[in-house]
Amino acid sequence: MSDFFSPGWSIFIAIVTIVGIVWCLWLLMSQRKTKVPADSSGNVTDTGHVWDDDLRELNNPLPRWWMWMFIISCIFGAIYLVLYPGLGAYQGILGYSTQAEHDQSVQTANKDLQPVYAKYMQMSIEQVAADPKANEMGQRLFLNYCAQCHGSDAGGSKGFPNLHDKDYLYGGEPELIRTSIVQGRAGVMPAFGHLSSAQISEVVAYVRSLSNLPANDLRVAQGEAVYKSNCAACHGPDGKGNIILGAPNLTDRVWLYGSSEKAITETVQKGRNGVMPGHEAILTPEKIQILTAYVWGLSHQPMSTKK
Amino acid sequence: MNQTSATQTAGDSKPVIEIVEQSLYEVRKHIYPRSVSGPFASWRLVFVVLTQLLYYGLPWLSWNDRQAVLFDLVQRKFYIFGLVLWPQDVIYLTLLLILSALSLFLFTAVAGRLFCGYACPQTVYTEIFMWIERKVEGDRFARIRLDGEEWPWSFKKWRLKIIKHALWIAIALWTGFTFIGYFTPIKELSANILAFSLGPWQTFWLFFYSFATWGNAGFMREQVCKYMCPYARFQSVMVDKDTFVVTYDKMRGEPRGSRNKSENQAQKGLGDCVDCSICVQVCPTGIDIRDGLQYMCIGCGACIDACNQVMDKMRYPKGLVRYTTERAMLNRESNQSARSHLFRPRILIYSSIIFVLISVFLFSLFTRNPLRVDVMRDRGALAREVDGRYIENVYRIQLMNSSESPMRVAVKATGLPDIAVLDAGGKVIHSVVIAPASNLLIPVKVSVAINEVISGSHPIQFEFRGLEGEQIRSRDEKSSFIVPR
Repeated sequence: MSDFFSPGWSIFIAIVTIVGIVWCLWLLMSQRKTKVPADSSGNVTDTGHVWDDDLRELNNPLPRWWMWMFIISCIFGAIYLVLYPGLGAYQGILGYSTQAEHDQSVQTANKDLQPVYAKYMQMSIEQVAADPKANEMGQRLFLNYCAQCHGSDAGGSKGFPNLHDKDYLYGGEPELIRTSIVQGRAGVMPAFGHLSSAQISEVVAYVRSLSNLPANDLRVAQGEAVYKSNCAACHGPDGKGNIILGAPNLTDRVWLYGSSEKAITETVQKGRNGVMPGHEAILTPEKIQILTAYVWGLSHQPMSTKK
Repeated sequence: MNQTSATQTAGDSKPVIEIVEQSLYEVRKHIYPRSVSGPFASWRLVFVVLTQLLYYGLPWLSWNDRQAVLFDLVQRKFYIFGLVLWPQDVIYLTLLLILSALSLFLFTAVAGRLFCGYACPQTVYTEIFMWIERKVEGDRFARIRLDGEEWPWSFKKWRLKIIKHALWIAIALWTGFTFIGYFTPIKELSANILAFSLGPWQTFWLFFYSFATWGNAGFMREQVCKYMCPYARFQSVMVDKDTFVVTYDKMRGEPRGSRNKSENQAQKGLGDCVDCSICVQVCPTGIDIRDGLQYMCIGCGACIDACNQVMDKMRYPKGLVRYTTERAMLNRESNQSARSHLFRPRILIYSSIIFVLISVFLFSLFTRNPLRVDVMRDRGALAREVDGRYIENVYRIQLMNSSESPMRVAVKATGLPDIAVLDAGGKVIHSVVIAPASNLLIPVKVSVAINEVISGSHPIQFEFRGLEGEQIRSRDEKSSFIVPR
């Protein structure tokens, strides 16, 4: 009973409980009978209590089984306190706890679901994605665990990737998606604050030009050199990105943090930190299998007809 | 009553006051009601048969390939013939309970405890169990003799008691089984029982209700009415001088006394009551109606039937014990003039409240919308920009179809120019189909052209128009659309 800062409280509560039950029993037994005055002929008409001159209290006795029910309640209470936790810190001889009951329910539910999951564990991700039932389960899992960041429609938002397009930062192969879910990802774009503001505006223009966005031609030409010496290591000489590092493809018009000059300037100047948490500890492998298939299915047409 | 005498002297000159010790609990006296026949007994038989046909029969009826009346607690759906009630419809249960309570008040104000005497399960099952008891063990005196037999029991006593309890338990088990059948499909339930494969909770409740039936109808009987039922205790505030209740006409009956049929009662100075105590013997709660109206009286009318037979034998007019009002009895009025007080404020008020509530209940039940909608805006992200041309907000739409046929619903959003509802894949949603008696959750995005709106939160409305289904109904739901700066 770690909830109490002193074991004295446990003893105190146990004493109050036991004294309470014993007191109830004593009260019951001692109040079974009452002494009343009889009239001259020995008949008893009321309890002898009179209020307001003529209001007399009659004795309408309760049935005796009612008293027995009180006593049985006390006995029930005593048995309960022996079997179940309740008497201070005493855990009861049955060792019952709500935590154990919950764990038991979870275990039973998992056991019931086992055959359903086992079927999907045998199948490839592509096959699972084609299964409408698995898709339904996948959507429910997604709404529970993923939708907070990626949106209920998996369309993402600023800083959180859209899962419908084929632009996967870390690769769209089933196994790579699974790795992203299991281990999480940390997408780090370092800050290039040491570059001069001229260099930054040149490289921003160059990056925009990679996606055919309008940009000043002169700056684009100057920015290429800045890009080659600072950005190409991760984003590649052609700007196609690198899924091993999670460096985004800069040529596909998909912008995680925005495509405006202002947004890209901020990205270059201050860097970006994208975090996808790992779900290994949260989700079972079965759930991850179904979720992987669901996410994969969002951007791929499964082999058989979908929906 | 347990009385032990003790004496106490209070002072020298004062008289001796006797102090008696009295128990505050009394040992229950077993009641052996004598069988009775007559119009009220026949009415009760009719009600026993009707209520039990209804109770035992209802779960076996089918409707649309399912049990007609089924309260599915696991799925949280209550099926009542063509009606499917969801937890959201709990207001109907509330209304039903209020209506039942008010009806009880009305009936009580008009004619006392009609419910108790004829329709209360406690009365009905006690009646059934007492009928069995009478068939097996005999009438009042035979039963008193049988129970008076000392230990060890004779073979006959063993035989009768075993037969009686076997029959009681059979009925109790069937009652418990039927009760569970309202919550679990009764045909599956019977198959499960035959295969000994009942779930632990089904088994528990089956035996719990069976035990309750056996205990309440076989043993507790009038104790339930006298000590457990709250209705018995507050009926006194619901009856008045003009309420018809089972009444002993003390003006006519007193002074009571036994006499010979040939004797002239006027000469002996006696009223019509021959003091045969048959009215007490037939009473299922063991009271003497001649003491006046008591909270223990369940208004069954057994004493009326019994007394009328005696009056016939004595060639006196019937109705020494009869249904009449207090005012009529004291003023020696006929029942016809007692009935003229029927339309008094109390009755009119109860009736009009009941009428209004029934109208509201029926109106709302028949105009009930089987389509329910809930729109929840995604909280994780406020809005997103698409291709620099559109602003999107994401919502989860929960659609509930509580009818028993599929429902096609058109989905539309209004409130902003060029507003479109898209599914998660980005295609425009025109309509969705909701399966019978089920929920549908769809994530949608609402898209608005970026140059049509200014930043801030805009109220929008989702409109759901029924297209196909058993009942074509609509519903609107408000939400908001956020345009970022």
